[in-house]
Amino acid sequence: MSELRYEAPKTLAEAVALLSGAKGRARVLAGGTDLLIQMRTGRIQPELLVDIKAVPELGEIVAGNGGYRIGAAVTGMQLIEHADFAKRWPGVVDGVRLIGSLQVKGRATVGGNLCNASPAADSVPALIAAGAVARIVGPHGAREAAVETVVVGPGKTSLAVGEIVTSLLLPPRPLRSGDAYLRFTPRSEMDIAVVGAGVNLTLDAQGICTQARVALGAVASRALLVPAAAAALIGTKVDAAALARLAAAARDACSPIDDKRGSREFRLRTAGVMVCRAAGIALERARRNDG
Amino acid sequence: MARHHVRATVNGDAVEFLCETGQTLLEALRDELRLTGTKEGCGTGDCGACSVMLDGRLVCSCLVLGVEAEGRSIETIEGMAVGEALHPLQQKFLEHAALQCGICTPGILIAARALLERNPDPTEAEVRDGLAGNLCRCTGYHKIVEAVLAAAREMRGA
Ligand SMILES: Cc1cc2nc3c(=O)[nH]c(=O)nc-3n(C[C@H](O)[C@H](O)[C@H](O)COP(=O)(O)OP(=O)(O)OC[C@H]3O[C@@H](n4cnc5c(N)ncnc54)[C@H](O)[C@@H]3O)c2cc1C
Ligand code: FES
Ligand code: FES
Repeated sequence: MSELRYEAPKTLAEAVALLSGAKGRARVLAGGTDLLIQMRTGRIQPELLVDIKAVPELGEIVAGNGGYRIGAAVTGMQLIEHADFAKRWPGVVDGVRLIGSLQVKGRATVGGNLCNASPAADSVPALIAAGAVARIVGPHGAREAAVETVVVGPGKTSLAVGEIVTSLLLPPRPLRSGDAYLRFTPRSEMDIAVVGAGVNLTLDAQGICTQARVALGAVASRALLVPAAAAALIGTKVDAAALARLAAAARDACSPIDDKRGSREFRLRTAGVMVCRAAGIALERARRNDG
Repeated sequence: MARHHVRATVNGDAVEFLCETGQTLLEALRDELRLTGTKEGCGTGDCGACSVMLDGRLVCSCLVLGVEAEGRSIETIEGMAVGEALHPLQQKFLEHAALQCGICTPGILIAARALLERNPDPTEAEVRDGLAGNLCRCTGYHKIVEAVLAAAREMRGA
């Protein structure tokens, strides 16, 4: 039982070498808010934990080229407290705010929320809607992958052995852009999303939507980018007719489970409602964000 | 067996302890350092009974490994009173009868102090929000919220 090893390398190269050289199961340890519980319940029994929090560059939030780079060891609270980031990406911050309590967010990372690969992870639809890209480093070098391609199913990612998500890249933000993430839960705090909806859109000077991305969480085996839902908004003033088409496209994209937290029918209807509400908030934010 | 020799600062004092990789900071505090003021409710991050400050950040010590405390500064409930003088929050919890069984109390006091450091004049809603990660099965929260608001008033000198 106590063969579990712990390493806290100071460089990325060492972290990758440890993970890819491990004989048994090795795991990245970021905030540990999922991992420690999974170890405690015996769901996973790793032999090596590689704590990435001692690698300096993974702890940074960096603005550059009009966008943002969030290191994989940045905690939810650090992101929420970063005023400029919160102003540019309020929808991403909406998602992060929902990750557990203040205590949980004091440790939890966005990278961990993604790599834990829960279909209900709250920051993931918001990141997908934002067009975020994961930067990944592994034994065969570095690559970038759109966030929607990182998770492949419940608890499963497309990361190869030894690969680490080192940061999340947020693209430059045009004027008149806004994003929002909303989830439906039976309780207001400390609950798991039954449906999560992220909407990110950009308006032109006339208030016509020129770009949009829509993502849904908890309605399939992983968070989904829904291009048909975005298409319902593009070219419109995000009026009632556009919202009706948005809701229909969102419902069509869902293949939800049926459980005690919400029946299939309930999740389908709720997906339509939540995506319209998120679009309404994103629209308001885009209108206010005109320079 | 992977036993780690950890050096950290707890309530301002340099401490050293030995722990296994899988041991949580909560277990290290209670079982190795014998600081049993920090409580275990759930062990899964849900109840907040194990709340401590880690490098100035409110966290659940059941979700931190003991080894992760290496070189870090931890504040627990044992550091809240100064000698015999209770912290205003502790005093108000007594005056307002804001505790019954007391299991949640150390964690709530730590979370409440963290809240008042950020926001010395919170509204009732802000107090409830600041304590949303701390469950109490006994009091119904009302007296806890009153005690925190009363302590905030006193600490502001209002
Ligand atoms: C009480 C409680 C309430 C919660 N509520 C919510 C909620 O409402 N919504 C929500 O979405 N989540 C919630 N969570 C889940 C959890 O806090 C989040 O998923 C969190 O973001 C995980 O991040 P972490 O840094 O703690 O990950 P860890 O636990 O450190 O890691 C999670 C997994 O991802 C892997 N991993 C982590 N970082 C990387 C990386 N950079 N590269 C490769 N692999 C990596 C780890 O190996 C592990 O398998 C809750 C958890 C608790 C304890
Ligand atoms: S014991 Fe840590 S949150 Fe309950
Ligand atoms: S006083 Fe018993 S749990 Fe709060």
